[in-house]
Amino acid sequence: MTPDNSPFLELSGVSKRYGGVRALENVDFACRRGSIHAVLGENGAGKSTLIKIIAGVVQPDEGIMRLAGQPVRFRDPLAANAAGIVCIFQELSLMPDLSVADNIGISNPPRTRLGLIDKRAQRRRTEELLARVGCEDVNPLEQVKNLPLSRRQMVEIAKALGRGPRLLILDEATSALTSSDVLKVYDILKKLGEEGLSLLYISHRMHEIEALADTCSVFRNGRHIETFPAGTRGPDEIVQLMIGREMAHVYPPKPAGRGAVPPVLEVQDLRWGDRLNGVSLKVGKGEIVGLGGLDGQGQRELQLALFGVLSGLSGTILVDGKPVTLSSPAQAKHHSIGMALIPEDRKTEGLMLPMSIADNIGMAAMGSLTSGVFVDPAKERAAIQRMVDKLKIKVGDVADPVATLSGGNQQKVVIAKWLLTEPRIILLNDPTRGIDVGTKQELYQLLRDLADAGASILFYTTDYDELIGCCDRVLILYDGRIVRELQGDEIDEKAIVATSLNLPTTAETPFSAEAAP
Amino acid sequence: MNDLRLRLGQNLGLLLAIGLFLLFWLVYNGLHPKGFSTAVLIQNANESFVIGAVAMAQTVPVLAGGLDLSVGAVMTLVNCLASVLVNGSGWQMVLGIVVCLAAGTLAGWVNGVVVVYGRIQPIIATLATGAVYIGIALFIRPTPGGDVDGDLSWALTNDIYEFCATYGLFDDGEAAWLAPFAWIPMPLAIMLLVIFLVWIPFRNSVTGRGVYAIGSSEGAAYMSGVRIDRCKIAAFTLAGFFAGLGGLYLALQTSSGNADVPQAGAYTLNSIAAVVIGGTSLMGGSGGAICSLIGAMVIRAISFNFRIFDIAPLLQPLFEGIVLLGAVSIGAARVFRVKNRLELLG
Amino acid sequence: MATGSLPKPASGWSLSPEDKPILIAGAFILVILAIGTAYTLATQGTASFLSPVYLLQQLQVGAFLGIVAAGAMLVILLGHIDLSIPWTLTAGAMLGSAIGGPYAIPVGLAVGMVVGLVNGLGVAYLRVPSMIFTLGVNAVMRGFMVMLTGGYAPQSTATPLMSYLATGHVLGIPMPLIVWAVLSVLVVLLLQRTSVGRYIYAIGNRERAAYLSGINTRMVIILAFIISGACSALAGVLLAGYSSKAYQGMGDPYLLPAIAAVVIGGTNILGGRGRYLGTVVGTILIVLLTSVLSVMQMPEAGRQIIYGLVIILMLLVYGRQRGVIA
Repeated sequence: MTPDNSPFLELSGVSKRYGGVRALENVDFACRRGSIHAVLGENGAGKSTLIKIIAGVVQPDEGIMRLAGQPVRFRDPLAANAAGIVCIFQELSLMPDLSVADNIGISNPPRTRLGLIDKRAQRRRTEELLARVGCEDVNPLEQVKNLPLSRRQMVEIAKALGRGPRLLILDEATSALTSSDVLKVYDILKKLGEEGLSLLYISHRMHEIEALADTCSVFRNGRHIETFPAGTRGPDEIVQLMIGREMAHVYPPKPAGRGAVPPVLEVQDLRWGDRLNGVSLKVGKGEIVGLGGLDGQGQRELQLALFGVLSGLSGTILVDGKPVTLSSPAQAKHHSIGMALIPEDRKTEGLMLPMSIADNIGMAAMGSLTSGVFVDPAKERAAIQRMVDKLKIKVGDVADPVATLSGGNQQKVVIAKWLLTEPRIILLNDPTRGIDVGTKQELYQLLRDLADAGASILFYTTDYDELIGCCDRVLILYDGRIVRELQGDEIDEKAIVATSLNLPTTAETPFSAEAAP
Repeated sequence: MNDLRLRLGQNLGLLLAIGLFLLFWLVYNGLHPKGFSTAVLIQNANESFVIGAVAMAQTVPVLAGGLDLSVGAVMTLVNCLASVLVNGSGWQMVLGIVVCLAAGTLAGWVNGVVVVYGRIQPIIATLATGAVYIGIALFIRPTPGGDVDGDLSWALTNDIYEFCATYGLFDDGEAAWLAPFAWIPMPLAIMLLVIFLVWIPFRNSVTGRGVYAIGSSEGAAYMSGVRIDRCKIAAFTLAGFFAGLGGLYLALQTSSGNADVPQAGAYTLNSIAAVVIGGTSLMGGSGGAICSLIGAMVIRAISFNFRIFDIAPLLQPLFEGIVLLGAVSIGAARVFRVKNRLELLG
Repeated sequence: MATGSLPKPASGWSLSPEDKPILIAGAFILVILAIGTAYTLATQGTASFLSPVYLLQQLQVGAFLGIVAAGAMLVILLGHIDLSIPWTLTAGAMLGSAIGGPYAIPVGLAVGMVVGLVNGLGVAYLRVPSMIFTLGVNAVMRGFMVMLTGGYAPQSTATPLMSYLATGHVLGIPMPLIVWAVLSVLVVLLLQRTSVGRYIYAIGNRERAAYLSGINTRMVIILAFIISGACSALAGVLLAGYSSKAYQGMGDPYLLPAIAAVVIGGTNILGGRGRYLGTVVGTILIVLLTSVLSVMQMPEAGRQIIYGLVIILMLLVYGRQRGVIA
């Protein structure tokens, strides 16, 4: 890599306010040609605002942006696109009902002489782009909604490449990818960097940044703190820059090995369509059991099945040793079962975004906040305040819409909603995705506290680090079944990765709960 | 092969609608004493044109994720306008037709502007503009009536042969090359013309695809650089054109104009039913005007059968209602196949 | 935000986004009254629009619309819509007066609730879009009524109780107004003080999240449709009492004004946001507007145009909604 040293993109004195909140404060920032530039910071540090300004989604209140030395001001994403700035957002920008080809060619398709879309040329171009990201298996005519999440994300990347970017922005673009796809994306990005493209890269995964970036910039509280060449600072140092204080241990200590605990939740040979192919597991009282494996191996379906969302299940679910049939979340929530699910997508599954923080927190436990027919306002207020305090949710006023909170605090609201029901079995689906380091740490501690207080936790995460740091046991899923159980010191990255890819040495015999040592 | 399978899979709703239409229409023709004759075909086509055009009108805003509750009103407005303008000398009539279609298009454009720049939900914005259009229609024609050129009316509501004969084209329609097409009803021919000259080019334009993109996911479309405002206005404008076409044809068919408020409402509601039966999702993003045209034909074909089966007039509304309710509930079959209940929720 | 679940601290009286439409609509009511009064002063030399008798009379007429709008609002808050209002209303009125005697009103209401139940089942279980399912149910109800009555106004007349509820007075206050007030109190209690009310807002905002919060969303949807059906039928029963009999198409003039009243009151047509007080204010606005226009002898054409323009104007004044990217 021999990057040209003149900055391609340069921001000086850029500020942005939303209402009374300063999202960016007098930021100077530059990105060179051919550089893979990582932008780091906690949620609410101003990274998203920075990107939105560069991509033309919002306009700065003050300051100047220069592109290749020329001052620019983008009215909308289209204008930024025209200048060669292309963004891959955390929320996918694909239209689910449109075909892959239509998505990739959406803004600037090849045209016929009459000015209409040239479907054949568009299809050829789509096939080329898909081949470039190693997704030849995707049919350009397939509707995007029929693709698995990881494929969709690759289509998103292909779409961005198809626009001929000069500056490519990736905002948590790998969060839904399988590990093999991540490697492909790394290769593509490195090649693009060598071709002189500038890349702005946002990720919460430190190892990705180590593997990819040549330059890092840290943001905190809307300010640009420091920019330094990658590799000149260790991870701890970077984290400290991000949170602005000394970092204690990331993960709370695990309890020392304990004897056999009676299983609160037991699953025997659970099957559902072709996504769950005979899952058996046990979760004991006070235990945190991790679900690992590549994305899309049935982890999400397993949790939804337990929570009563799926129909057409076979197999047995036992709670406290008694078989139960759960056909709705309302049943799973009932105190005789006491189950809670922190769903994958907090914005559409966890929260009613325009409703107040208080309404959201109370939503799952209305029954216990009601006296007779009517909601008891005093009881409700007290319960909500208790949750806000317990989870240290940063709120101005609990009557504000929950949408005004940062991602981490929103996730806390989802958890608070369920803690209010006093659950005994807690299912979590990737609860730390897109959440800043400080909040993550609080969540880890919270999970351990809940387990110590007797809750049984089934914790699915795409971050291997969390499986290693948080879980008492880890179950690795592959193709809808549990292929291995890891316990104690066995839980390390090598074992998890190897089993996740279902390498032959570890997958000879399917795991069964009874076979556990 | 794989492509074909995908395309079929993506158009199951349309295939179902075509099947329903063929079923009802074949039964009707099979039992009709003059079944499968040109006369019956012409009559069917005439009776289907207006609802078909209004259903196509409804489709375009629906594709963009909005509803247009003013399509019946625009249709009525143009109907009244046509009853005043479409007569006189040849050029006056042509001018009248152009003005009528332009008026419908303008009304649609106004809808689009109110929705886009007024930032009012389409369903409520068009409810309001619909009232305004009905008001204007009442000003133009306070009582039913009108004066539509008889020749034109005759020529456009029969088959191609009669059209040519009326205006002395192609040896009065006797030209040998015309013979294979002479039986085609004019309403069908006009509809095909509109589909090939208006709808399909729109569908394949960047703007048209933008309409689908907005209906599928407005946020993603914005991020992808789709010109949201332009596409939405285009969707409502095209709806106005289609609705205007329907109104113009109604004037030709009935030789009069009628600012009938309940009728306008009925057309609007039937247009929504036709859209759904045709397989266009009310959420937007998938389907198309041709689907809705088929949907409208299904609704019409059902009512044709009432004549054949000689259902008592008092029972007809009930049968129509039950069939309509049944047809829109067909989609519910998927509910019982879905194994992940989350897929049913927005 | 949605339901004043937790009142803001007393420090400072701030205007919530939901109060704004209500205040504007209230101000507009005053403008309508002022214009009407100016007109009558100029033409007749009286300020008849400001007389309590006239206003009570208008509220009496408005009560029918208000009752329909109350039910329509619950369904709209869910993010659905009830287009079966016209023939539910008519069916309630016709069957109620056909039965007659002491059971007239219970039967009328029961008809409405059954229709609502069917609507709810179709929307909640079959997942047919409410706009289209209720449209179909409306057509079926119309078919039933045509079949039963032969397409004419039925011979049976309203019972004395129906007439009393529609035209009687207590302490000078018209009975329909009292019925409307009682219903309004019940709706406000439902929306603000019960968990079902909270669930209605939650489903309107994001049904998926509400379902995953362990809410029995189907039951809530069905309940809202049943209430809407009952409200329509109640209005039908009263209306039959008011005109002493039921007649074909008596419900047709109520559907769109009811939806307009809800929306003018600031309820989001897509669900999840809105206050009941707004619906009341919206109803009064529409009733007074209609009344002033008819006193001014505005022809039907002009009335339609003004009616449409007022809705657009009101919504424009309420301010632009946020763009795509909030």
